[in-house]
Amino acid sequence: MSVAAQSTDVGDDARREVADLVSGLPSAPAVWCSGLRKRYGKQLAVEDVSFEVGRGEIVGLLGPNGAGKTSVIKMLLGLVHADEGDVMLLGQPGSDPASRIRVGYLPELFRYQPWLSPLEVLTLHVRLSGLAVSAKEQRDCLELVGLAGRAGDRLGGFSKGMQQRLGLAVALVAGPELVVLDEPTSALDPLGRADVRDIVLALKERNVAVLLNSHLIGEVERVCDRVVILDRGRVAAAGTLAELLGQRELHLHLSDLSPEAEARLAATGKVERSGEWFTVSLSADDEGTAVPDLVRDLAALGARVHAVEPARITLEERLLGILRDGAAARAGETP
Amino acid sequence: MTTARNVLTIAGLTLREATRRRVVLALTTLTVVLIALSGWGFSRVAAENDGSALTSGEARLTASILLNLVMFGFSLIAALGTAFLAGPTLSGETESGIALAVLARPIRRSAYLLGKWLGLVVFGSGFVVLAGLAQCLVVRATTDYWPPEPVVALALLAAQTAVLLTLAVLLSTVISPMASGVVAVGLFCTTWVAGVVGGIGEGLGNESVARVGTISRVLLPTDGLWQGAMNAFQDPSVFITFGGQDVAAFPFLSSAPLTLTYLGWAALWVAMVWGLAAASFLRKDL
Repeated sequence: MSVAAQSTDVGDDARREVADLVSGLPSAPAVWCSGLRKRYGKQLAVEDVSFEVGRGEIVGLLGPNGAGKTSVIKMLLGLVHADEGDVMLLGQPGSDPASRIRVGYLPELFRYQPWLSPLEVLTLHVRLSGLAVSAKEQRDCLELVGLAGRAGDRLGGFSKGMQQRLGLAVALVAGPELVVLDEPTSALDPLGRADVRDIVLALKERNVAVLLNSHLIGEVERVCDRVVILDRGRVAAAGTLAELLGQRELHLHLSDLSPEAEARLAATGKVERSGEWFTVSLSADDEGTAVPDLVRDLAALGARVHAVEPARITLEERLLGILRDGAAARAGETP
Repeated sequence: MTTARNVLTIAGLTLREATRRRVVLALTTLTVVLIALSGWGFSRVAAENDGSALTSGEARLTASILLNLVMFGFSLIAALGTAFLAGPTLSGETESGIALAVLARPIRRSAYLLGKWLGLVVFGSGFVVLAGLAQCLVVRATTDYWPPEPVVALALLAAQTAVLLTLAVLLSTVISPMASGVVAVGLFCTTWVAGVVGGIGEGLGNESVARVGTISRVLLPTDGLWQGAMNAFQDPSVFITFGGQDVAAFPFLSSAPLTLTYLGWAALWVAMVWGLAAASFLRKDL
């Protein structure tokens, strides 16, 4: 073997080793931001916001109007300049436009060139992304959002709902690894909302990360793995739904309750009684065995079980609780 | 490479916008009407000349003045067109939200701005060059007059358009679409009037009044470039026919060609104003 051939082999081996090493590393999160801060004049819009969106994870951004959700999203995408803080998108610094190659975005204020057709808008965005997306894939994308029949029409005559559907297609067209959806269903009918939900879940199956800002809490609760709650520009709470919603409760209608059965109830968790109705708190880390075990034991101890109703604090209740607690804390601080 | 591709994509989009929004159709209609009217006017001049009512020098002077007058019309149309197109296409897109989805793509804001500017320059300059050329051909067909330096003249008209739309682009990064168009056209007209006043000062030998034109041509080079274009359109003999220094006092004749220094200043002015526009646009929160 010649010296040149040997050195090529060594180079190939080294490259293979590096490739193996890199493939073994955990991939960088789809979104990483730390200490984001933004002030508009005297108004502090965002203060010390930090969170992550993992690859293939769906994260909901919740909060009341003016909480700073859209400002945070725009800072992530370089549309608004952060006064302080750092952003990484798909492992690259957010200040580098190349970090947005695999990012799809549906803005809250969705408007597209009215003199273009949906297909032309998609072609424009594909060209700007610098990626190769075939005409068929672009048409498929329009079909996915229900605009295949209007592919060649000018956008000037489109309704808001149709424009929002197009916005969704724009966000999805260039093979994104991260999709940022800012109020994606604000102009859609219930059918359109269900379509968006299906699309978001389909993205998760393809390991595409989604950052979803929506006022529809039920929507967020159904599709999101984690939630970040913003209040007055700060992160008021963040975590998985199980973490945020905390303990579950169980409503039981019981009669002929012996002291032993009462003791068994008390051993499960905190008990509140109202006549023959009992509310028992269940641990958040329960793996689904607590309820059947309790019912079996109560029956064995002679109690008559008329009704068993699992109850869970909704995300909406939790969100309102967090926001009210924040308001009460601020009121307490005010002299 | 990516930046160049993005610049060309946005420039192409701007040109497509001008076509789709029927700006091209409106400008073509206006131009055809203007050329038809001027063609009739020039044929009347030629008819007078055939009847020996005018000397050959007077005929060339008349043709030069009329040609410059019509060309001023074209440059005004181009100024209005590009100034009012620059506003909606840049600040209008920012206000309406159209720019949000585009700028969230891997594109630098400077590339976006350069693309918009380039598209407008091609559109505005293309219009004045084509319309101006058509006008020159009409004049040649009717009066047999051909400008001494048509290429220089048309290039200077194109440069004048580029200067004005660079100003309009700067304004549209800081004020509303409509205001940017109004201010740009207002400044264009003011500079032209200041140039005429300066010319009258020159004709009268009044240095203070003449300085008004000089200063305005430095602050906004549209009128200076227009003076150079007129000089390249008009017959050199008009200087003698019209009576020497009096040429300067006449708004549709120019007394001297442009210097290279002034052209350099105009180029530097465009670069500086574009740089300011870019700095303003880069800092903007969308």
